[in-house]
Amino acid sequence: MASIKIPTPLRAFTGNQATVTVSGGTVGEALSDLVATYPELRPHLFAEDKLRTFVNVFLGEEDVRFLDGLDTPIAADANLRIIPSIAGG
Amino acid sequence: MEALINHLESLSKEEIKRYSRHVIMPEVGIEGQRRLKAASVLLIGTGGLGSPLALYLAAAGIGRIGLVDYDVVDETNLQRQVIHGQSSVGKPKLDSAAERMRDINPYLQIDKYNVPLTSENALELFAPYAVIIDGTDNFPTRYLVNDACVKLGKPNVYGSIFRFEGQLSVFYAKEGPCYRCMFPEPPPPGLVPSCAEGGVLGILPGTIGTLQATEALKLILGIGEPMIGKMLLYDALEMSFTTIKVRKNPACPVCGVPAEEVQLIDYEQFCGVPAHDRSTFHAETSNGSQPMKTVTVRELKARLDAGEKPLILDVREPHEWQISALEGTLRIPKGDIQMAKNAVLAGRKLHEETVLAQIPQDAEIIVHCRSGVRSADVIRMLQEVGYQGTHLSNLSGGILAWAREIDPAMATY
Ligand SMILES: [Zn+2]
Repeated sequence: MASIKIPTPLRAFTGNQATVTVSGGTVGEALSDLVATYPELRPHLFAEDKLRTFVNVFLGEEDVRFLDGLDTPIAADANLRIIPSIAGG
Repeated sequence: MEALINHLESLSKEEIKRYSRHVIMPEVGIEGQRRLKAASVLLIGTGGLGSPLALYLAAAGIGRIGLVDYDVVDETNLQRQVIHGQSSVGKPKLDSAAERMRDINPYLQIDKYNVPLTSENALELFAPYAVIIDGTDNFPTRYLVNDACVKLGKPNVYGSIFRFEGQLSVFYAKEGPCYRCMFPEPPPPGLVPSCAEGGVLGILPGTIGTLQATEALKLILGIGEPMIGKMLLYDALEMSFTTIKVRKNPACPVCGVPAEEVQLIDYEQFCGVPAHDRSTFHAETSNGSQPMKTVTVRELKARLDAGEKPLILDVREPHEWQISALEGTLRIPKGDIQMAKNAVLAGRKLHEETVLAQIPQDAEIIVHCRSGVRSADVIRMLQEVGYQGTHLSNLSGGILAWAREIDPAMATY
């Protein structure tokens, strides 16, 4: 199973889970599986079916925007992470 | 990368002794220490991140350090803003910080700018400095710092913190990506709570601020691998440090155009939130045209004294209610309302019945929180699920304003 690391500001919507395991062969399928499990997360990640512009999803150390976006294929043990915008100082 | 600073200042015998632990390392040496003395750094903010930054940069012998902050020290700062102390409470942060820095190192020029950073003054403030360090606490100022640095061709040593998480990068458009390449747009208002709302581990800014100071020194000296095109993600609970790549976006609206065409904009409008508590910015409601109704604490007091009983909705967290609360309020944390709103928008009924059913649709409601930010978010959320904007008012300044103006005996935090 691939895993997705959830940033602190969004953990309120994943029952405080920091990492969620998901299934799917692409980044998009993995995220769909995530929001199917935690529907309250959907509006924070997607507008219609597109990833919202302020949401950064990384596969390993690469931003999926610079790969194939939601169509990027992922290995069964891929590590995805959502990088939050944070502004505290 | 080449050293950012190429001219050298001379060092006295006393200074050479003071900096001997630097000078004996070949990576710094006398020459490097003279570069540090010739260098100039501007710190935006002397709060959580700014405290370790100012302490270490002063100790390291950066010759000229500018500080931008208009705030005064209060007790809630002291859990993490270690440059300030109990004896500085009520004093301008600039004075408190500069005094401590001078005690650490008398061989410095310290420039104090007791103003909020704005699109009007940013370029002028940044101009004399070689390195800009972003230690602010809000999105509008972060976008402003980025855009001004891109326009002026200066490196922006970026650090940001939230609860137990931190981020570090160097955004330097001449050599790599900028902040907007990574974060083209701010998150919608209310999605990411501020540290005042969400809390922050007091040690966290110490970790990230000292990393920022390290990056600033590396840039000045031209040693090592700067964090350009990379971002360090720190998770204090996992004690994990992860580095990711930040790519330059060729279509970036800021670093993708010639520097002279970069325009500083209204960043509060762009982010939908005020940059600081002296701002005159008021968030617009979700329909964009109708301003949010507000009520002041004095108006509310007068109405209560006249026997009126408007419904007051307190959207703070239960641990905050325990510190202080208005009497007879309906208490539902913002997070619960947000979950209910999302459930409604996702077509689910569960939370609608349990949470939103407690909030009447047809009555006047005054929403309040600590300072007025979360309550404004809640008003926007309620409007998204069909509540009439005309029925909803935000209590300006929240319970802090109530404590200040109506009930000075009330505990604040
Ligand atoms: Zn850019």
